[in-house]
Amino acid sequence: MSTEILMPALSPTMTEGNLSKWLIKKGDTVKAGDLIAEIETDKATMEVEAVDEGVVLDLLFKEGEANIPVNKAIAIIGDPNEKVEVKKESPNEKVIEEKKIEKNIETKIENKKADIIDTPLPKIEEDRNLTSEEITMRQALRDTMAEEMRKDNKVFILGEEVAEYQGAYKVTQGLLQEFGKERVLDTPISEHGFTGLAVGAAFKGLKPILEFMTFNFSMQAIDQIINSAAKTLYMSGGQINCPIVFRGPNGAAAQVAAQHSQDFSSWYSQVPGLKVIAPSTPYNAKGLLRSAISDPNPVIFLENEILYGLKGPVNNDVNFSIPIGKANIEKEGKDLTIVTYSIMLQKSKEAALRLKEEYNLDAEIIDLQTLRPLDTETILNSVKKTNRLITVEESWPFGSVGSEIVNIIQRDAFDYLDSPVIKVNSADVPMPYALSLEKLYLPQVDDIINAAKKVSYIK
Amino acid sequence: MKKLQKADYIKMYSFMLKIRRFEERAAQLYGMGKIGGFCHLYIGQEAVVVGILMTIDKNDSVVTTYRDHGHMIARGLDPKRIMAELTGREDGYSAGKGGSMHMFSKENNFYGGHGIVGAQVPIGTGIAFTHKYNGEKNICRTYIGDGAMNNGQVFEAFNLASLWKLPVLYIIENNKYGMGTSVDRAAAGLDLYKRGEAFGIPGEKVDGMNVFSVIEAADKAGKYVREGNGPYIIEVQTYRYRGHSMSDPAKYRTKEELDNYKQTDPIEIVKAEILKKKIATNDEIEKINKDTLEEIKNAAEFATNSPFPKDSELYTDVYL
Repeated sequence: MSTEILMPALSPTMTEGNLSKWLIKKGDTVKAGDLIAEIETDKATMEVEAVDEGVVLDLLFKEGEANIPVNKAIAIIGDPNEKVEVKKESPNEKVIEEKKIEKNIETKIENKKADIIDTPLPKIEEDRNLTSEEITMRQALRDTMAEEMRKDNKVFILGEEVAEYQGAYKVTQGLLQEFGKERVLDTPISEHGFTGLAVGAAFKGLKPILEFMTFNFSMQAIDQIINSAAKTLYMSGGQINCPIVFRGPNGAAAQVAAQHSQDFSSWYSQVPGLKVIAPSTPYNAKGLLRSAISDPNPVIFLENEILYGLKGPVNNDVNFSIPIGKANIEKEGKDLTIVTYSIMLQKSKEAALRLKEEYNLDAEIIDLQTLRPLDTETILNSVKKTNRLITVEESWPFGSVGSEIVNIIQRDAFDYLDSPVIKVNSADVPMPYALSLEKLYLPQVDDIINAAKKVSYIK
Repeated sequence: MKKLQKADYIKMYSFMLKIRRFEERAAQLYGMGKIGGFCHLYIGQEAVVVGILMTIDKNDSVVTTYRDHGHMIARGLDPKRIMAELTGREDGYSAGKGGSMHMFSKENNFYGGHGIVGAQVPIGTGIAFTHKYNGEKNICRTYIGDGAMNNGQVFEAFNLASLWKLPVLYIIENNKYGMGTSVDRAAAGLDLYKRGEAFGIPGEKVDGMNVFSVIEAADKAGKYVREGNGPYIIEVQTYRYRGHSMSDPAKYRTKEELDNYKQTDPIEIVKAEILKKKIATNDEIEKINKDTLEEIKNAAEFATNSPFPKDSELYTDVYL
């Protein structure tokens, strides 16, 4: 059987080439791997090797011939005793056909909504297992990690100062003593390295909880978080998942200035493959962290340093969890909707009290709890009821979680709106150090009140 | 040193040849527009992975770079499904979603196929961490290109591996060029394996064109790591005959340099040894050649006939 040797594409963009030199002649016996020709492309001259074996029956182009299309037969090899048969369908047409198919795939794609677990959300006021004693967010996080480590030997924690120092913010206090140094590991200050290591451990079946001393340092490791942890399940066709929790304080603390105050909520929420959680109370921190540790996917768990000392009741059931992807209606209201998360929940609640007292406005507050997948249904239902929306978050304004919510609302609830949506964000500058400027940078209760007045057309 | 049986010689020769024929066929399919994107060939480096393979335990793990086709073949994976991934079809190892650089086989403990230079090094170290954490006697072989040896996370991983005595065998495949930049223009100090010394990691340099040297070093290093002594580095001196990727004409090196290496072709070395030792006759070798060519031809056929992934696959495998 004879085989055609085709003009090869030697780069993704090459469409034709020049035959600068033949390295074989008619009658030669060619073996796989033998050099057969030199081809000049728009970029370079390259040697071409034979893949098939046989005797050169014909050279279809002369040396020096130019602009030969890719996939055009340039030589024929085969058994000299057999007749040369010429194929009717040129491979070139086949390629074009395939490209067409690809194009069709592109145009047919519909934007599918991320799955949101259909479990009812526990209501703190209706929770019968609520403790009478109040504990801090710090304790709630620690207790949940300890509970999960007792249940599952695959869960371990690593990070800077998590073991002997007991945690830079004391979130891992006592874990080393209970679980030992095999499961509570102090790492050197090398985020890129230990994040990659933890991702590898998760690929192989462990369930690491990785503490970033603060999320600012996750930028050192972001390639491993996104390129490795978030994408590998997809790239492996569903074979290799990465059950890991990246947790630590996110956003501003107090006067630690530009490099230690960044909010990463929208950065990570942009990435398919990651789930992103931002708890606001000890109660939901417990329920959400348990879900995060049990989840087979990589989860970004954004805590807040200022909230570590926040006290509140919790549910002490070691199986209590809050589903990922569900927002909580923190306070019901009828006049406008405030969508917020993390530390801004506290400021939003304060603003809602004053809005009621000073302007008789009844605000509904939605605490997102999970940023990705986003609970759009809860937001939409609320806006359809109140017809007015503000978003409140610590993130920078450009492309923030609020920006995405604005997009969803204008697309799916345009006719329900009585006023434009207003976003309340931090200032669009690096975080300043000075106390006065820091206050100005961060969203304050007055900013929320002003936004609420504006969407309500109150002067 | 591991005592090589007659069957081992045949196995080595067959695997190395299979890799070469596979890569040549991949180049052809690339030229025909059947394979897209980036495509990095392993031609010239076959002795490295096949030599290391000869010392591997079934439950050991492997993680490597984007020059991974040969690594998968050496791991015993199916050339049909590897080629089908290169053509982006549903029968590919990643169901057409990974491509040449991102292929995995969890059931065979093959953890990729990583597209970011250096990223596989902490990951392999973490897989080794898991072997130790689980109390398994297995080790993780982590391949590193010479280019990645100037990448910071590699040293972070070395430090952690040595600090925690992790069962990881690092194999530096020094093919002399990181894309178009030669090692001596990229790395200060020539012996890359010595970079482990600062972390207390022993290592050595090996001729990677000679599979027998590779086996000897891999055997020794593998034992060291498996016995719980911590990591070890083998720097294998090798050479890629082709450019960095398909579109690289390799103008940064001379033809003489390439021809020089071809004089010590790794496959020819094994073949000569087989004939010298009378392990197989010329005819038997010819039969292997023919069968290999046929097998790879069938793989290409399979890979071009396998269907494209279904549209509905776009949104699968992103969350478990």
